[in-house]
Amino acid sequence: MQEQMKNTLSVVQPVIDQVKKQWRPFVVKLEWTKRRHPMLLVGIAILILMALLALFAPYLWTMDPTAVDPPNRLKEPGSEWWFGTDFVGRDVWSRTIYGTRVSLAVGFAVGALSAVTAAFFGLLAGYFNTFDLIIMRIMDAIMSIPHILLAIALVSMVGGSVPIVIFAIWFVTFPRAVRVVRSSVLSLREEVYVEAARAIGAKTPRILWFHVLPGTIAPLMVTGTLIIAGSILTEAILSFLGAGIDPETPAWGSMMADGRRTISQAMWVVGIPGGFLTLTVLGINMIGDNLRDILDPKLSRSGT
Amino acid sequence: MQRYLVQRILSSIPVLFILAVIVFAVLRVSGGDPAAIIAGKDAPQWQIEAIRNDLGLNKPVYFQLGVYLGDVLQGDLGESINSKKPVITLIKERIVPTLSLAIMTEILTLPISIPLGVLAAWKANTWIDRGILIFSTLGFSIPIFFLGFLLIKAFALELPWFPAAGYVPPGEHFGNFLHRIILPSLCTAILFWAFLVRMTRATMIEVLREDYIRTARAKGLAEGGVLITHALKNAALPIATVVGWGIAELFAGIVVTEQVFAIPGMGRLIVDSIVRRDYPVIQGCMLTIAVLQVIVNLLTDMSYALFDPRIKY
Repeated sequence: MQEQMKNTLSVVQPVIDQVKKQWRPFVVKLEWTKRRHPMLLVGIAILILMALLALFAPYLWTMDPTAVDPPNRLKEPGSEWWFGTDFVGRDVWSRTIYGTRVSLAVGFAVGALSAVTAAFFGLLAGYFNTFDLIIMRIMDAIMSIPHILLAIALVSMVGGSVPIVIFAIWFVTFPRAVRVVRSSVLSLREEVYVEAARAIGAKTPRILWFHVLPGTIAPLMVTGTLIIAGSILTEAILSFLGAGIDPETPAWGSMMADGRRTISQAMWVVGIPGGFLTLTVLGINMIGDNLRDILDPKLSRSGT
Repeated sequence: MQRYLVQRILSSIPVLFILAVIVFAVLRVSGGDPAAIIAGKDAPQWQIEAIRNDLGLNKPVYFQLGVYLGDVLQGDLGESINSKKPVITLIKERIVPTLSLAIMTEILTLPISIPLGVLAAWKANTWIDRGILIFSTLGFSIPIFFLGFLLIKAFALELPWFPAAGYVPPGEHFGNFLHRIILPSLCTAILFWAFLVRMTRATMIEVLREDYIRTARAKGLAEGGVLITHALKNAALPIATVVGWGIAELFAGIVVTEQVFAIPGMGRLIVDSIVRRDYPVIQGCMLTIAVLQVIVNLLTDMSYALFDPRIKY
């Protein structure tokens, strides 16, 4: 049992090491990060704040987020309704913090799923020429459909629940990540150390796991972060178009869809979830941008 | 050139084929029974069966796929389950607003974002550069429908400069058409500013470090000449690629914009058809967009030869 644990650990070890190595520059050198990449810290702070709101939503709410209260509809933000109420009198503050949950859950689930599947298909396509043709043609085909349309189609055919929305957004986003992994595998497989491993007779799975995969972690982390941001936006657009998770659950997109008819007298119904959404996505994009600068020295010098 | 063209067109056929299969599979396998939807809620079983027979829905899925692909090859996209009109006619009716929105978006995007990108690259790592970058990050972090609401609130309700929604065909009254299309195009354009500014900046920074730029400066060329004729011309290739590949994303943006500004375009047609499970229309629209994308990609590749005389096909 112990032996087996140890074995599993030693197999995963190179990947863990690589992640640790990639994170070291800005964990150890916090001071340096603060000086060179202040926006990274701002982004992380925003993300932590949103995560806390999502986590403690049941303790932070002031009113039942789904309770309808028509006499108190369209109340302005104040001491009783912190962020006001919408057109049927639901409390905007409570709904907004509950909306954080859906957005972050969808974003991070899609990010993680995409990273894992993209690593798998990207390795296959980049390392084996036979798979390359098939996999990349399929990815091209998926990418030539506007991602939002395909996601709406998937969700409305199967029905809107959080897992379905996650699946739909994953399906339309992961081809981009596959591309990133594939292109870095294409150059990694020509590296001398990969050639050396092949020369001493290492089996292909071993080469892929120990020598090629670790090299794809950095670009994958950057892409993954940007995918999280993009998925949160896509989820909001789906809920806005009424093709997201069921409208009973508070989500930022559907809150804004409800608020559009009262936009002339009650801007807060749209503005508050919209502001939270923008801030969250902005924070994650800032993390992604700065990660790219730190992890990819070549791009960093060119200042992308 | 001719050989290259033929080659490119042939190589896009498998992509379109796979696409048709994916769209077909997604809609047919996961969806409910279209026959039951057409027949209505309380229809007797035999009626549903009859409709199913009519539409060929009781044949195996691969057979249906074959029939569909055969029809598509003959230019027949089927007919709408809902309105009984041929899908081609529906698309023809709706494509004009969408295309005009797309073209207006590009008109608003290119002349603003490319100079901004050049400026950011030229002033790299100064506060101008940082300012432009922060705005572009903000630009693609803001959800497009939220931006639409903000624009409506600011420029249609608070300051009544533009109508809040609606569409007038350009043939009917061109002035009114422009007046109504500006706000939605601006809404879609801001997202593209963000992408294009970054791309332009990144490639320009790369190019500005080349030896020939140093030579051009050393021989005393004015900075404007260096930037435009020496640098931008060489950076044009990757920029053209981004513009070309952005078409699918542009359509995605337009779907949302059409919804916010109530424009009767293809985006609304698709969203409505999805809600009604009008399979032929959804399939037809997605294929049309994919074909447009393939054409634009082809044009993008051809434009390379225009920007860079070293490239010959």
